[in-house]
Amino acid sequence: MPVKRLRGLLLIPLLLLGGCNLVLLDPSGDVARQQSDIMIITTLIIALIIVPVLIAIAVVAWRYRASNKQAKYDAEWDHSPQLELWVWAGPLLIIIAVGAVSWIGTHQTDPYRALDRIGSGKPVPADVKPLEVDVVSLRWKWLFLYPQYGIATVNELAAPVDRPIKFKLTGDSMMDSFFVPALVGQVYTMPGMQTILHGVINKPGEYKGFSANYSGAGFTDMRFTFHGLSTRDFDAWVGKVRAAGGDLDLAAYDKLREPSRAAPVQYYAKFDANLYDRVLNMCVRPGEICKSQMMAADAHGGEAMHDMHAHDAMPMTEAPLMPSKPAPAPAASAQ
Amino acid sequence: MLEAMPHRAAIWNFLFGRLTLDSLPFLANNAEGRILLVTLAVVVIIGVAILAAITKARKWGYLWHEWFTSVDHKKLGIMYMILGTVMLLRGFSDAIMMRAQQAYAFGPHMGYLPPQHYDQIFSAHGAIMIFFVGMTYIVGLMNYIMPLQIGSRDVAFPYLNNLSFWFTFGGAILFMVSLFLGDFSMAGWLGYPPVSELQQGPGVDYYIWGLQLSGVGTLLTGINFVVTILKMRAPGMTLMKMPVFTWTTLATSGLIIATFPVLTATLFLLGLDRYVGTHFFTDGFGGNLMMYINLIWIWGHPEVYILILPLFGVFSEIVPTFSGKPLFAYSSMVYATIAIMILSYLVWLHHFFTMGSGADVNSFFSLTTMMIAIPTGVKIFNWLFTMYRGRVRYTVPMLWAMGFLFTFTIGGMTGVMLSVTPADFLLHNSLFLIAHFHNVIIGGVVFGVFAAVNFWFPKAFGFKLDEFWGKATFWFWLVGFWVAFGPLYVLGLMGVTRRLSHFDDPSLQPYFIVAAFGAFLIALGILSFIIQIYVSIRQRKEYAVGGDPWDGRTLEWSTSSPPPEYNYAFIPVVHHRDAWAAMKKFGFTRPRGGYNDIHMPKNTPTGVVIGALAFACAFGLVWYIWWLAALSLLGVIVVSIVHSFDYHQHHHIHADEVRRSESGSNQAAAQGASA
Amino acid sequence: MNTTAIDTAPPAPADHYCLTESPPRNGTLLGFWIYLMSDCFIFASLFACYAVLGTEYAGGPTGAEVLDLPGLAVNTALLLVSSVVFGFAMLEMARQRKGAMLGWLAVAGLLAVAFVSFEIHEFLVMIADGAGPGRSAFLSSFFTLVATHGLHVTLGILWLVVLMVQTVKFGLNTDNVRRLRCLSMFWHFLDLVWVGVFSYVYLVGVLR
Repeated sequence: MPVKRLRGLLLIPLLLLGGCNLVLLDPSGDVARQQSDIMIITTLIIALIIVPVLIAIAVVAWRYRASNKQAKYDAEWDHSPQLELWVWAGPLLIIIAVGAVSWIGTHQTDPYRALDRIGSGKPVPADVKPLEVDVVSLRWKWLFLYPQYGIATVNELAAPVDRPIKFKLTGDSMMDSFFVPALVGQVYTMPGMQTILHGVINKPGEYKGFSANYSGAGFTDMRFTFHGLSTRDFDAWVGKVRAAGGDLDLAAYDKLREPSRAAPVQYYAKFDANLYDRVLNMCVRPGEICKSQMMAADAHGGEAMHDMHAHDAMPMTEAPLMPSKPAPAPAASAQ
Repeated sequence: MLEAMPHRAAIWNFLFGRLTLDSLPFLANNAEGRILLVTLAVVVIIGVAILAAITKARKWGYLWHEWFTSVDHKKLGIMYMILGTVMLLRGFSDAIMMRAQQAYAFGPHMGYLPPQHYDQIFSAHGAIMIFFVGMTYIVGLMNYIMPLQIGSRDVAFPYLNNLSFWFTFGGAILFMVSLFLGDFSMAGWLGYPPVSELQQGPGVDYYIWGLQLSGVGTLLTGINFVVTILKMRAPGMTLMKMPVFTWTTLATSGLIIATFPVLTATLFLLGLDRYVGTHFFTDGFGGNLMMYINLIWIWGHPEVYILILPLFGVFSEIVPTFSGKPLFAYSSMVYATIAIMILSYLVWLHHFFTMGSGADVNSFFSLTTMMIAIPTGVKIFNWLFTMYRGRVRYTVPMLWAMGFLFTFTIGGMTGVMLSVTPADFLLHNSLFLIAHFHNVIIGGVVFGVFAAVNFWFPKAFGFKLDEFWGKATFWFWLVGFWVAFGPLYVLGLMGVTRRLSHFDDPSLQPYFIVAAFGAFLIALGILSFIIQIYVSIRQRKEYAVGGDPWDGRTLEWSTSSPPPEYNYAFIPVVHHRDAWAAMKKFGFTRPRGGYNDIHMPKNTPTGVVIGALAFACAFGLVWYIWWLAALSLLGVIVVSIVHSFDYHQHHHIHADEVRRSESGSNQAAAQGASA
Repeated sequence: MNTTAIDTAPPAPADHYCLTESPPRNGTLLGFWIYLMSDCFIFASLFACYAVLGTEYAGGPTGAEVLDLPGLAVNTALLLVSSVVFGFAMLEMARQRKGAMLGWLAVAGLLAVAFVSFEIHEFLVMIADGAGPGRSAFLSSFFTLVATHGLHVTLGILWLVVLMVQTVKFGLNTDNVRRLRCLSMFWHFLDLVWVGVFSYVYLVGVLR
């Protein structure tokens, strides 16, 4: 793959700075790798014009120094139609090239787009269902729900190697940015709103994850570890989380979302089936009216809502707010 | 004590709002408190010393009559430059504190700043550097240079110009007060909700009202400059004969008019959310934080072009002057400026590609963003071809121009990288981004301001700035910049995000230490600049120059240095681009007699008074001192009305006085100057 | 295009400086017009907010429930008539008839006062009904947009009074004529904004 060699080219000057881990230039997930490749390709295209310009500036600056009386001096030369044409056309051509790469790449690596490959030339096997993870950014920690497994974790994320992952993300009260540089580019998490991100990890290992958007005093410590695991190790990991016990029901969540800094890793063997939807719709506490219901009511001119007001709140247990999710599936079937 | 006597507490609350002794952070018995106490002591000592010196020299009357109440665009321009320099020191101390914290806070060391304090510092650093350093500097430059360049006696609305300055000044003071009274915003320089909605106390309110004051000042300045350029050019100066700096002033002022109202509205809505309990950007009740982020960037992206365009103009004056030939492809330059002005309005979404807008929207904004690189690239080429076949004199302003060409071009390259959406998903909010925008803002705006100061200082004061210290300033800044931000580029590629106050991974520390050393080099650069000013003032006799010390090309070099109050005894008639170069070429002399009475605007204290009242109003709003806010707002209205009853806001400079001033000036020195 | 004009024939030396002083050109009307354009951007931002938040009732009252169309029709008529009347005043100004002009100005001002009073009344009723600006994002954006317009009208009235006093005191001198022209632009501008508020906020708000 030519990009590989180009990557090497780009790395040369940076290697002089020491053996640092430039994760953005050498990520371990296929989507991040594509994004990184696009970054490198476009950089090289821009360099096609930037490097000659930098050299030209140096040459012209030296050659036409006042003390050099040999250089031609033409005090009247201030325009040249041909040259001006190139002056506009040069940057234009470069930008057309970069723009085309960006346009294609933007669609190819769109976080909303379900993956069709898990690596270069490796399509997603037909029998593999993506791992679903629902992500909630809390003050100041990360909550990960695995609806297919019925488990939940705080500040620790794991996924099997080469299995596509579909993240659904929301925020509890702050705007954060979910980012595992080795896995896939970041996406914001926002309260009351959902974003989606698809990614896949291709190499087992421990990777850094964090919030890339400042969200207040505890933001600095808002980090987690992302484990890329072999299928067997992942199953073992799920078993470990299950074994740790703990139930993240709505009351427990309400406690969990109290602001805290540098929160330890926590495991939950099960969680309330509606938890993510309730967080997304901002109605975790009893008596809170869900955003989805409010919007449905608003769409009908608010009439329905007034009735609800009369009863002050909707009963907690009734009617799921959104089409309910499949019941937690056994781990094995999700291969 | 107050709790024990409820009526006393009520009186206190009425008089001082939420201002209590606890609001004085320097009384806190911890590291921050002590840092602030020392800072306060230093500020008080320096302040008292300056005030005492002025009093001792009996200069208060002079300052009041000649400066504070002056409507002279040149004096206002100089006051803006001084304010910008003072605020640069403040903003830069924030930068040093951040660099020190990040270089030190690894592993078990938590650094010397707790997050609450660190967050205030980066918020203040950004807001101050953009609003009170960048904006103040460019408004100062435009104020000083543009009316001279178009052969005008003043701006269209001289009184408004004075008022604008005092609004900006009031905003700056409000920011400074937040150091010692209460706290500052912890919501970053753009005050994103939900952080800005949730932070208790006066911090965010300082931010809101400080920016509102300076924003009003900037908006009035923008209107003023557009009218000045459209209405007050010397006869014969068609639009396509205007100096490029004037063109960029026009473009920047146009952008100000079209964007600062959006900032005003956005901060106003944030203020309503905080004060009245509305739901524009709240989490619940239908509020939408994405709207704030869109609105603030609809202002914010044009804002960076507002900052850089006038400096493009500066370089377009400096490069031809020191290359000894006209600017290459003037019309290209003008069209490129206009293209940048228009495109800058269509790119705001690239600041949040990662918000989930979808691939089509992201692609669109990615393309518009890249398109700005085309006119910008054209400009770089034009400066390059201006030097081509020239005789380039490497004076201090030209050195800055060279530093700009190198640094800014690389900054432009990383900018295009960030505009590629897939790359932005990786680089967004990283230290790579921080390095990029410092690369263009320091490499473009700051270098440009230093170039401009070195270039036009002799015009403003009649003596040149010291070469040696000028070069020292340049090299410290240039090297310091790359040492400080090179590591940040690398750290960004290592996936390190911005605004962190503590790190776990010790392998990152060397980079931060190098970056801190770079900041130290920049500090030496600032120090050299101060020394340069000091040395030059000491040796002003030696460095004295005539009206045209650089063999300039535009009209401002045709009058004396410093120019008289009325700028030109006779308004020049323009026949050529680079009007002064043409006049020199054809050997024209000015009339030596037959002076006329000159009609000039009169000084007025109204600007100072309204500025002070607006500051008091903002202060009252920050601290919930409602009586103060209401009374001072009423005061603003009453003073404005009273001012409108004064119909005689002009005076005449008598022809005799003009003759005296002309014969005493050093203009003669400029007369026969030849290339 | 000839970018180097320097080598063309030099003009006569006398053409290089204005030997006589000409009165400074006055840019006030242009400046004020530009100010109005910038004000447009403030209203545009508020309209944009309303466009985004106008259906976010948050379970609270909708536009159809709280907006009073018949009252609004009266109010709109008041403002439009006020604008026409201001036009009459300007015609009288052009004919140098100070008294008639002041009379029309007074009528325009009173109509505007009635407009603002109605608006305040409407706001108070809504707030008393529990539909204040803090109830929902819809009401926040509604109150802010309409009140910002109302605030402009209020300042316009204040300015009108000041100008009337100044005209009585100093007559229709150049300065006052120029100021009246500015106020006239302001007055019609607010009318135009109101047409936007009326159609977009009230009509659309009630219909949806």
